[in-house]
Amino acid sequence: MKSFKTLKSIITPLDKVNVDTDQIVPKQFLKLVQKSGFGKFLFYNWRFGDDEQIKSDFILNNPKYKNSEILVAGDNFGCGSSREHAVWALMDYGFSVIIAPSFADIFFSNCFKNGLLPIILSEKIVEKIQHETGEVEIDLENQLIKTPSEQISFDIDLHKKTILLKGLDDISQTLLYEKEISEFEKNSTIPSVL
Amino acid sequence: MGKTLFEKIWDAHIVVEKENSPSLIYIDRHLVHEVTSPQAFDGLRMNNRSVRRPDLTIATMDHNVPTNNRTLPILDQTSAVQIQTLEKNCKDFGIKLFDIHSSNQGIVHVIGPQLGITLPGSTIVCGDSHTSTHGAFGALAFGIGTSEVEHVLASQTLWLEKPMPFEIRVEGKRKNPYAVTAKDIILSIIKHIGTSGGNGTVIEYRGQGISDLSMEQRMTICNMSIEAGARAGLIASDEKTFEYLRGREYTPKNYESLVSLWRENLKTDHDAKFAKSFTLHIDDIAPQVSWGTNPGMTCDVTESVPFPEDYSKGDPNQKKGAEKALEYMALTPGTPITEIKIDRVFIGSCTNARLEDLIEASKVVKGKKLSPHVSAMVVPGSQMVKKQAEELGLDKIFTDANFEWRDSGCSMCLGMNPDILSPGERCASTSNRNFEGRQGTGGRTHLVSPVMAAAAAIAGHFVDVREMDLN
Repeated sequence: MKSFKTLKSIITPLDKVNVDTDQIVPKQFLKLVQKSGFGKFLFYNWRFGDDEQIKSDFILNNPKYKNSEILVAGDNFGCGSSREHAVWALMDYGFSVIIAPSFADIFFSNCFKNGLLPIILSEKIVEKIQHETGEVEIDLENQLIKTPSEQISFDIDLHKKTILLKGLDDISQTLLYEKEISEFEKNSTIPSVL
Repeated sequence: MGKTLFEKIWDAHIVVEKENSPSLIYIDRHLVHEVTSPQAFDGLRMNNRSVRRPDLTIATMDHNVPTNNRTLPILDQTSAVQIQTLEKNCKDFGIKLFDIHSSNQGIVHVIGPQLGITLPGSTIVCGDSHTSTHGAFGALAFGIGTSEVEHVLASQTLWLEKPMPFEIRVEGKRKNPYAVTAKDIILSIIKHIGTSGGNGTVIEYRGQGISDLSMEQRMTICNMSIEAGARAGLIASDEKTFEYLRGREYTPKNYESLVSLWRENLKTDHDAKFAKSFTLHIDDIAPQVSWGTNPGMTCDVTESVPFPEDYSKGDPNQKKGAEKALEYMALTPGTPITEIKIDRVFIGSCTNARLEDLIEASKVVKGKKLSPHVSAMVVPGSQMVKKQAEELGLDKIFTDANFEWRDSGCSMCLGMNPDILSPGERCASTSNRNFEGRQGTGGRTHLVSPVMAAAAAIAGHFVDVREMDLN
């Protein structure tokens, strides 16, 4: 996984609550067997109408936000299906940071496996950031969001922060605990399926 | 201080525990399907890793399989590739697969319990959010993403932060169990606590309203825990649980000695503390119909489509959400629910496609005909459910009433296979999600119980099943 670097970008305000992963990447695009190329399907039914006609009233279709790397959304972002394709689509499209008052659990956990930074802030602050038109800097190391007018600090679990900053591969870390896992298996009461 | 059931299962599965960081938790059962696994197997290959415990791993194909005529090739090439990829991955990594032609094929959350793979006190994961279904057996079962699928394949463990225990009590005895079903109970709960009400928690469902339920009904409850945002939902095992699993194809050989252990240990201590609690009385629950675009947007069948300002109780974001939902659903506030006409009916999904669901729905349908402007299909949750239903003659009852009778799969719950709604079509569905476009782009979904779906199919609009004689 790539390590997370400080970035500077304008924000894309997505003024919706309960954005579910069915909207982030609709089911007809879940049939690919690789992780790449999901960006073109991001928010597909909101971006495109019948015959793939571009819906000009949807925020992502405004050219102004084309290079934005920060998505700011409402409460309970990423609810519903566990599909990690949602995270792959957001990242492949170009987002590196999602800011919201809260995230659904599985989506939140999927973010950290791929280097996407979800930032939780109070509803009030999220609303303020949604109106920010200038460039915003995300400094994970110092846990700061720097807008043209102020600095906002955010909380993040130290373990998760380290994973993102170092771009750690979870599995190789876990396999260092081989001895502990084998020991656990020796004492387990749950039998094998077969 | 005592422990909750969830805490006991959690503690019994800790491999590594460190202060202020996630714990390494052992996984007893890993269920794999075709949609969320290909990239995980690819990851193993790229890193030269093997599957640590193929003997704890089971696979099937359910999400995008066609539900008509299994002897024909799969027309959708991308689906076919995904299915072939799962076949190859299972072969290469030594995983037991119930393929499209297996008599054990079915929706992964239907076949797990049915085959005796789901066990009380175990940890169960699958790359699917409705894995919470297995919690009905007193297991800690939850959905994971594809990276975690790869992690479990490689290590049989996961790094997890401990969720908080959340108690939901349903008190009282049901007066009309045929009409007020497990689906109505769980939809009511979600309506009250909201779609994020359970975030960061594992729900334990308790009280007479829960313990009175059959195992299949308990699965319906736990299945939709994720729609309330919970990581998992579970119900303490009891004699019904033990009896259900006895003698199934993959029930362990030492089952009775395991039952003795479970009987003794697997319950919440009387002095255990939950982080939060919510109570509902069974008498306050009517048949439910969802009207919006998330499962919390639900009301009693006797009510009318709400006005956004009433629904939102002063929260401007919720009001905006309700307005968008009503626009998408093409509903006018104040319209009685029973006046909403439907075009399609779907009886299926991991929520409501088990044998009891089909039996209950068939009682409504028997001797009647589908409303002429409605098309309806029944998609059994597994090939075994299908066979058992056919032995009872249920297929005949449904087809005589002009319903389609299909092979098993996830089907129109998420419309990854050809079973989808056309834009603008309105569907009474026994599935679990009414998100925009979930059952087909532009499709409009109303979540209901199997008896409510069947009754709507006959009438052509929603009806209060309490007014029907179902015996």
